[in-house]
Amino acid sequence: MESVFNWIAINQQMIYIVILMVFVGIEVIGRVPSVLHTPLMSGANAIHGVVIIGAIIVMGKAESDNYVALILGFLAVVLGTLNVVGGFVVTDRMLEMFKNKKAQK
Amino acid sequence: MLEINILTLIYLIASVTFIIGLKMLSHPASARKGNLVAAFGMGLAIVGTIFLYRDDEGNKLHNYGWIFGGLLIGGIVGTLAAKKVKMTAMPEMVSLFNGMGGACAALISMIEFGHFAKMGYLDKIVQSYEAGEVIQDAVLTRPVPIETLLTIFAGLVIGTVSFAGSMIAWGKLNGKIKDFSFKGQHIFNLVMLTAVLALSAYLIVVVATVEPRPDPNLDNVVPKDLGSMPLVLFYATFGLAMIYGIMFVMPIGGADMPVVISLLNSFTGVAAACGGFLYDNNVMLTGGILVGAAGTLLTILMCKAMNRSLKNVLIGSFGNSNKPASGG
Repeated sequence: MESVFNWIAINQQMIYIVILMVFVGIEVIGRVPSVLHTPLMSGANAIHGVVIIGAIIVMGKAESDNYVALILGFLAVVLGTLNVVGGFVVTDRMLEMFKNKKAQK
Repeated sequence: MLEINILTLIYLIASVTFIIGLKMLSHPASARKGNLVAAFGMGLAIVGTIFLYRDDEGNKLHNYGWIFGGLLIGGIVGTLAAKKVKMTAMPEMVSLFNGMGGACAALISMIEFGHFAKMGYLDKIVQSYEAGEVIQDAVLTRPVPIETLLTIFAGLVIGTVSFAGSMIAWGKLNGKIKDFSFKGQHIFNLVMLTAVLALSAYLIVVVATVEPRPDPNLDNVVPKDLGSMPLVLFYATFGLAMIYGIMFVMPIGGADMPVVISLLNSFTGVAAACGGFLYDNNVMLTGGILVGAAGTLLTILMCKAMNRSLKNVLIGSFGNSNKPASGG
């Protein structure tokens, strides 16, 4: 039991971030109109592409003779970039379409 | 030290742009700008990480060729794919990119675990001093901390399920994969999930409780040789999670796919947050949890807009709706 308390004490900053972000995430999109559901999903999809940062770190730390780590890391960087770049571009195109539709009406 | 401080500031700015971006994305007038704001923050965070990141010992990153190569390939392919795709095929594209993010999170876990398995766990060279003189080096082998293992496994399992599920959702939306279910699929899925969790728990306990053992003679005695067992079981867990992800989406009808994609989207968010725990990286943590929470709410809102309950949509599966919360 003591170790659990210790863990909470050491990691309290992270625990605060997690709790606050859960509420921020819920509050921030709370009143989204249903037409924006898909673009918002796509935008959120691009934001979780932040996992690319982990891929860059793991790639940058790999020893240059550890080929398994190099190849897997390279793959992780490529896939992460796809997620980020593709995600933002697709969202932008969706919202562009949204604007055009409105202008036509 | 200056670099680390600048990077911290960059991460802070990026986290704020994610929140503002999401906020703007949920209003029609500001949505497009919001996307750009978040993209700007992401670009800043990526560039900052590449050039300013230092690990605990103050070492810079290396393998720049590989990093830039990966960024270039991913960037070009991603832009082209996103520009070329037909307007009607947008949701399947989102699903595809979401799967890439999930796979990325799973790969990170794989590399980190492979690291521990190869190194014989955390070796720390401790020098014993006597009268100010180094008399002997000692290697103290410590087991990997249990919370590190927990985040590695959470990242692996959630990322893999998200990847496999997104690929199936992608295939369903473009008509390549048909709905498929068999008798007893609920039970099969339940068994799969239990197997994944049990294997993970077993491995975490085994690896985390390896006896710490000082090695005063530097004879390179391996502490308690677990051999290739951890790696084999680790990949087995990965395989089972993959099958679970496929079977989880398989029976769900094509019309419900957007809801499922949104759910998997929030899964990937949680998987990204696991990376944040692993590297003590606040921008990954913030971005991941933000998307995990917003994505879960969005999933529920989408269900409501379609006049359905999440349970109804996931009837091919079972109470998975609470998974993002427990994973974080």
